[in-house]
Amino acid sequence: MTDEKSLRYTAEHEWVLVDGNTALVGITAYAAEKLGDVVFVDLPKVGSTVAQGKVVGEIESTKSVGELFAPVNGTVLDANDAVVASPELVNSDPFGAGWLIKVEFTELPPLLSYDEYTKLTGE
Amino acid sequence: MPDHSLAGRFADRHIGTDAAAQATMLAAVGYDSVQALVEAAVPASIHVAPLADSTIPAAATERQALAELRALAVKNVVRRSMIGLGYYDTITPAVITRNVLENPSWYTAYTPYQPEISQGRLEALINFQTMVSDLTGMTTANASMLDEGTAVVEGMLLARRASDVSSNVFIVDADAFPQTKALLANRAGAVGITLVESSLDGTLPEAFGIFVQYPGASGRVWDPSSVIAAAHEQGGLAVVAADLLAMTLFTPPGELGADVAVGTTQRFGVPMGFGGPHAGYLAVKAGLERQLPGRLVGVSQDADGHAAYRLSLQVREQHIRREKATSNICTAQVLLAVMASMYAVYHGPDGLRRIARQVAGRARQLVTGLSTLGLAVESDYYFDTVRVRVLGEAHSVVARARLSNVNLHLVDADTVGVSVDETTELVDLQAVLAAFAAQPLSTAVIEALSRAELPTFPPELGRTTEYLTHPVFTTHRSETAMMRYLKYLADKDYALDRGMIPLGSCTMKLNSATEMEAVTWPEFAGIHPFAPEADVTGYLELIEQLQAWLAEVTGYDSVSLQPNAGSQGELAGLLAIRGYHLANGNVQRTVCLIPSSAHGTNAASAVLSGMTVVVVATNDLGNVDLDDLRAKIALHADTLAALMITYPSTHGVYEHEVRAITDAVHDVGGQVYVDGANLNALLGYARFGDFGGDVSHLNLHKTFCIPHGGGGPGVGPVAAKAHLAPYLPGHPMAQRALHAGAPVSAAPYGSPSILPISWAYVRMMGTDGLKAATGAAVLAANYVAVRLRDHYPVLYAGDNGLVAHECILDLRPLKEATGIDNNDVAKRLIDYGFHAPTMSFPVSGTLMVEPTESEDLAEIDRFIDAMIAIKVEADAVAAGRWPADDNPLGNAPHTAESVVVGEWRHAYSRQDAVYPFASLIRHKYWPPVRRIDNAYGDRNLVCSCPPVDAFAD
Repeated sequence: MTDEKSLRYTAEHEWVLVDGNTALVGITAYAAEKLGDVVFVDLPKVGSTVAQGKVVGEIESTKSVGELFAPVNGTVLDANDAVVASPELVNSDPFGAGWLIKVEFTELPPLLSYDEYTKLTGE
Repeated sequence: MPDHSLAGRFADRHIGTDAAAQATMLAAVGYDSVQALVEAAVPASIHVAPLADSTIPAAATERQALAELRALAVKNVVRRSMIGLGYYDTITPAVITRNVLENPSWYTAYTPYQPEISQGRLEALINFQTMVSDLTGMTTANASMLDEGTAVVEGMLLARRASDVSSNVFIVDADAFPQTKALLANRAGAVGITLVESSLDGTLPEAFGIFVQYPGASGRVWDPSSVIAAAHEQGGLAVVAADLLAMTLFTPPGELGADVAVGTTQRFGVPMGFGGPHAGYLAVKAGLERQLPGRLVGVSQDADGHAAYRLSLQVREQHIRREKATSNICTAQVLLAVMASMYAVYHGPDGLRRIARQVAGRARQLVTGLSTLGLAVESDYYFDTVRVRVLGEAHSVVARARLSNVNLHLVDADTVGVSVDETTELVDLQAVLAAFAAQPLSTAVIEALSRAELPTFPPELGRTTEYLTHPVFTTHRSETAMMRYLKYLADKDYALDRGMIPLGSCTMKLNSATEMEAVTWPEFAGIHPFAPEADVTGYLELIEQLQAWLAEVTGYDSVSLQPNAGSQGELAGLLAIRGYHLANGNVQRTVCLIPSSAHGTNAASAVLSGMTVVVVATNDLGNVDLDDLRAKIALHADTLAALMITYPSTHGVYEHEVRAITDAVHDVGGQVYVDGANLNALLGYARFGDFGGDVSHLNLHKTFCIPHGGGGPGVGPVAAKAHLAPYLPGHPMAQRALHAGAPVSAAPYGSPSILPISWAYVRMMGTDGLKAATGAAVLAANYVAVRLRDHYPVLYAGDNGLVAHECILDLRPLKEATGIDNNDVAKRLIDYGFHAPTMSFPVSGTLMVEPTESEDLAEIDRFIDAMIAIKVEADAVAAGRWPADDNPLGNAPHTAESVVVGEWRHAYSRQDAVYPFASLIRHKYWPPVRRIDNAYGDRNLVCSCPPVDAFAD
C-alpha cells in the first residue's frame, strides 16, 4: 500500500512518486471516483518526450474522457501495460497497480503536498 | 348544422389536447386561456403581432395539401438517370419500403440512448456496421454518416487528429467527385488545412493524409495501394471513398492499406430523392476506433449476462466533450442505414455480387457498343461509369439523350459521362448509344451488345476475400422471412406508435401519415441531385415556398435548406458569420461566446468553424450571467465573432433579458447566433430575427415534423438576416444559385425528399395552427411541471414561475434522500411502459420532460401518474421497506424472463416488478433485455454482428 502522505500531487488530480530523477505518475482515488468506471487508457509511447502541463494521454470512463497531463518535463521510461489491458485497475487500485507512467526528469517543478491536495479536494 | 370547417381541420388532429382537456390543464396551471398563459411566459418585450401580409396561406385540409403536393410533384420529370457522381438509381425491395420506410415503428423512434428499449434498431445498425466493415475490409464501421461528402470531411479531420505529421497538407485525388472537392475546400479552409489536388501519379508532397476516390469519379478503376504505401511512409493516413457495390467484386480499401474508408450506401435500395437523405458511412482500421465520429453500436451484456446492444464510446461525442469532441455531428441517418442494411440482408452476399456483375456487364455492353461506333472511353478499366470523348459534341449528345428520356453527365464540351446501375436495361443502353451515334442504331451495333466480353477491371484487383458471412445475411431470403424479421426487430423497440416519448429538447411530436405520404412518390424519390433545372421545377417551387415560410416564422430574410442535420446548420451559420467578418476585413474576429448551459454541439461546431470558444457563466436561475457576459464581451470586444445562445434556453426557460444580451453583443460588432433547437416554444409568439438574432439553424425534425427515424434523418436549415445571406451555403452544382456560400452537404438542397413533410405541416397548420401548437406544447409542459412539482423539484422557471415547452425535474434531492438516481427512474419508467425523458442534460442528475403538443391529456396523466408512483417506490427504499440493493428501481427494467425463471428471491413481488399498474396487465411493453452494462461494452469493444451462439441461453 502506497503511503499517500508521502506522495506529491498536481491540481489535475495526479499523484507523483519521486524516486531520484524518476517520477511515477497516476491519478488519485478522488479523480478515479469522480470519473467512474474507467474503460480505456491511452498512454504515451516509451521513449517519448513530455512537457509539464501538456496532455500526454487519456483516461476514458463511462461518464467522460479525462486527460492525462505530464506533471514534469522529461522522457517516458515506462508505461503501465497492465492498466491498458485492464483499465479497471485505475478504479480498484489507483495508488498502486493503477499507476500510469514513469518519467525521467532533470528538474522537479513545484508540486502539491498531501495537505495542499486534500485542501484542494475538500476531503 | 354541423360545423364542417372544424371537422376538416388538421390542427385538431395534430394537437393532442382538445378544448375540454386544455380547460382542465389551464385550471391546474392557473390561467384562463392558452394565449394568456403563453403571453405570461414569453417576455412581453419580444411578443410579435400577426403579420398583415403573411406568405403562409390559410390552413389546407389533408386532402387539399396532398392535391397541391401532387400538383408540385408532376412538375418534376423523372428520367432515366445515368449521371452517376455517387447517386445511382436503385430498386428498393417493396418489403423494405412497406415495413421500414412507411412503418411508424421504425420512423418515429428516437436515437437509441435508452438501449434496453432500442434493441431492434440497434441490431439493424450493427448489421449495417457489419455490412460496411465486411465490404470495405475495414475493422470497425460507425452507424452511418450524413452523406458521402461529409464522411470524406470527417475522414480528413480524423486523419488530422491521428497523424503525427506536422504538415497541414491533405492531398485530394483529382478524380474525386466535384461535390466532395467543394465540401473539402470549404471545411479545410475553416480549420487551417491546406488542400493539394493531385492526379496521384507522381511524387507526393509531405501530408498528414491523402484522399482517394475508388473507383474514380471518371469511372477509372486502378490499384491505389502503392500511393497509399507512399503516404504511409511519410506518416500520413489514407482515406479511401469506396463504392460498396463495386467492393463486392474488387479488392476492398482495407486490403489496399487504407486507414479510413468512407462513402455512401445510397445505391443499396435508398431512392436518390434529389440528393437525400441517404446513409453515408465511415470505417476505420484497428486502433482508430476511438477516433470515430458519430454513433457507434457495440455489443455488451445486460444484468442477467445476456448479450445486448448499446451505443458505444458515447463519452467521445460532443454532448460530453464539447469543443474537444471528435466531431460536431450528433445525428446519424438511422432510417436510411436500416434500409441499406436490410437491402444487404434481403439480397445476401450472392445477390449483391449478382447485382454488381449485372451492373459491370451493362457497362461492358455500353463500351462494346461505343467501340462499334468508333468511340473510345477514357480508362481501360471501369465498374459502372465511363467517360466518352466526343470532340465538341458533348452538349449535343446530352441533349439527344434527353429526348430519349435519359440524363447523362456533361463533363465538359468534349466529354460525356455515363453511369449504369441495377435498373439499367438493354433498351436504355440502346437509347444512350443512339444519342452518341446521332442516328438509329445499326443492327451491327445492337448485335455487338450481346457479344461483349472485354474484361472491365484489372485481374489483380479481383476480390478474393469473403464478406457478409454472418447468418443474418443469408437466412431472410423469402419475403415471409424478411417481413417477419423486420417485425421481430420493430417489436423490440419503443417508438411513438407505442406511447409518449417525453424527451426534453427532442420535440417528439406527431409525424402525421399525410405528411409522410409524398416521400415515396416517384416524382420526389426518383430524381438525381444534379438533374437539369427543367426536370426539377416542382421541387424548386416547393423548396422556395418552404424557405419563404421558414424565414417568415423566424423573422429572417433568407433560408438555406441544405444542412442535413442541426449540427450542420450550426456549422453553416457560424461559417456565414466567419465569411461576413472576413469580407469586412475583420480577420481577428474569431472568439465565440457560448453559455455553459449550451448543448455541446455548439462548442464543437464553433471549433470546426475556426473559432475559439469562450464559456459564459450561467446564474442560479439557469440564465446567462449578464455580468459575466458583459465582462467577457469587454475582454474580447475587438476579437468577438459571435455569441451562440439557445432560445428558449436549454433549461427550457424564456430568458427575460434576451434583448439585453443580443444588444450587448451587437454593440461591439459581434454577431448573434440563436440556436433554434427549442423553436417549438416560440412559433407564433416571438421571432429570433426580431429580438436580435442574426442567424439561426432550425431543426425540421423537431419543430416541423420530420420523423426522427430512430436517429436520423435530420434537416437543419440555416436562416439569416440579409447581411449574412450571401454567406449561406450554396453549391457549385445547384440548379438555381439561391446562395453564394460554399456547401456543407454533398447535395445542393440537402435532403429534399423529406421536405414535403415540413411543407405539408406548415400548409395544413397555417399560422393559426402553428401558434395553437406552440400554445398546446407550452401548456402541456407547465401542466407537467405543476403536477409533478410536489414530488420532484422543477429546476428552473422564467417569468411568472412558468417554464417554456419543457421542464427539468431535479432528481438529485431524491438521490440524496433515497439513493435512487435519475438512471434508476429512467429504467423504471420502462416497466411502467414509458420512454424516459432526457437524462442529465442540460444538468447532471436531472430528467428533462417535453410532452409536445401532440400528446393527449390521458397519456400525459398516465406519465405523471407513473412518475408519482415511482417517487412513492423510492420513498419506500428510503424508509427501509425495500433494501437499497434489492428494489424494483435498481433492478429495472424487468424482462418477462426475469420474473418467470427460477425461484423469486426479491424483497418485492413479481407484480411490483412488472405490473405496478393494473392497466399494464392488458397492455404491456416488455423490454427484451435488462439493464445494460456500459463499462463492459466500452472495455470490450465489439461493433459487428456477434456470433449466433452469443444469444444462446
